[in-house]
Amino acid sequence: MSELTDLMQAFGEAGGDRGALADSGTAHLSVSNNSIVSSRLVPGIDVQARELRNGVSAKVTVREGVKLEKPVHLCFGVLHKKGTQRIKMDVTLEKNSSATFIAHCIFPNAEKVRHLMDATVDINEGAEMRYSETHYHGLFGGIEVIPKLKVKVRENGRYYTDFTLTTGRVGKLGIDYAVEAGKNTVVELAARVFGHANDAIVIKEKVVLAGENARGLIKARVAIEDDATAEIRGITEGNAPGARGHVDCMEIVKDRAVAKAIPMVQVNNPLAKVTHEAAIGSVDKRQMETLMAHGLSPEEAVDVIVKGILK
Amino acid sequence: MPLLEVNNVVYGVGPDKKTPILAGLSLALEQGEVHALLGTNGTGKSTLANLIMGCEGYRPASGEIRLDGTLINKLPIHERACLGITMAWQEPVRFEGITTRDYLALGRHHADPAACLSLVGLSPDLYLDRMVDKCLSGGERKRIELASILALGPRLAILDEPDSGIDMLSIQDVIHVISAFKKNGSAVLLITHREEIATISDRASQVCHGKILCSGIPENVAQHYKAQNCRTCGKGECHYV
Repeated sequence: MSELTDLMQAFGEAGGDRGALADSGTAHLSVSNNSIVSSRLVPGIDVQARELRNGVSAKVTVREGVKLEKPVHLCFGVLHKKGTQRIKMDVTLEKNSSATFIAHCIFPNAEKVRHLMDATVDINEGAEMRYSETHYHGLFGGIEVIPKLKVKVRENGRYYTDFTLTTGRVGKLGIDYAVEAGKNTVVELAARVFGHANDAIVIKEKVVLAGENARGLIKARVAIEDDATAEIRGITEGNAPGARGHVDCMEIVKDRAVAKAIPMVQVNNPLAKVTHEAAIGSVDKRQMETLMAHGLSPEEAVDVIVKGILK
Repeated sequence: MPLLEVNNVVYGVGPDKKTPILAGLSLALEQGEVHALLGTNGTGKSTLANLIMGCEGYRPASGEIRLDGTLINKLPIHERACLGITMAWQEPVRFEGITTRDYLALGRHHADPAACLSLVGLSPDLYLDRMVDKCLSGGERKRIELASILALGPRLAILDEPDSGIDMLSIQDVIHVISAFKKNGSAVLLITHREEIATISDRASQVCHGKILCSGIPENVAQHYKAQNCRTCGKGECHYV
């Protein structure tokens, strides 16, 4: 089979919408190792992509005033057992544009794979971007994923992102996101991860509410079992009048797993307000009892609760 | 044979469990019977509910709890649920990421979720796809809990203050729900502080200081409760009849 066929099969198995990639009205970019195996543009979006020695560099621009009706699909994968993939991506949403990106990162056979992403996002005045990233790392845990992202959201802009890694192993994950939010902006960062065996999860998300009335939410949901570890750092700074931020972190721990949550809130303007909540521990006893009173076994009840928080 | 028998149950809390909450309480419920429990705060009504359901930490120091004559003292909650006992807590917990539709389909559900929602006065169109999380008001969550218990078609439903948090105009909905349990053949152990709810029961009992003070026709028990209870007896000791 060709690299494209293999990638598409893995993409489908990981929950990706293969029909969307075949749709002539949907923009997409598919990368296997360092090869661009498939791409399509639609009016209003420019993509300049080039292959690097061990990855791909892409510059994506959504033109001023363009509101893309259909999501842009991104697919990054390494199907071999070993390899390194570096993704350098710069995304610009010009003034008053809007776009949704759905990314799938697929490493189903990873035994010694590194996936490094270094991205910048520039959301201009009145623009809105939604970015949803789902990972599938296979069952071996031999993977290291380090996504770094810097986002600037300008006046009246909106940025929403969610990261999901709830199927298969995690391996080593080191998310490092930083967002600067300007006047009257809205930013939401969400992450959901389920760690097993000796998976190691570090999530660092920072939102600087730099402009007046900027709104920020960091939400992390992590479940870990066996000997997995997780550390979540949700950092929010309120630096302008009317800025409002909230950090909401929940970790469910089973077996010998170890979790840390470090919500950091800082307010540098008396008219700003930042709050946080963090909960770490085993599954809530009252939730368990309620589900067991519905006839679920303890194992089924835990499963329902964990799946719920990771949904 | 009664559906549920609680025989001389003793339960205490604190160091060595020496502070008595239930002091030899006995109670029996027949199949399909709606039985109200009345009593001032702290007399042991919710403790009794937790003991019957088998919640963690609630095991009788002595005495028996039987369902259909079978001793269930040591069974965990889910095994009691499989025998047909279920419970709606006074303050239902919230769940992230679970829709009302999914919640009503949990476990051994027997009834149509939409019909159960309608019975508790909630529109299925508006609520089936809402999450059972903190975005619901206390009253909404309470109604969804009642609908979920109804959907299970239990043999014995323990309802701990099903009317708390429900607005006064909607108390009739709670009465409809209790009637629906009865119509379905479920027995109900109903803990309430409202006379209009208690008096729709088949029988009622007054709990005082961890014992059943009196049982009988709900109106009579309610009158007795108002006249003679843990407050009026003054010394912290009830005049048992």
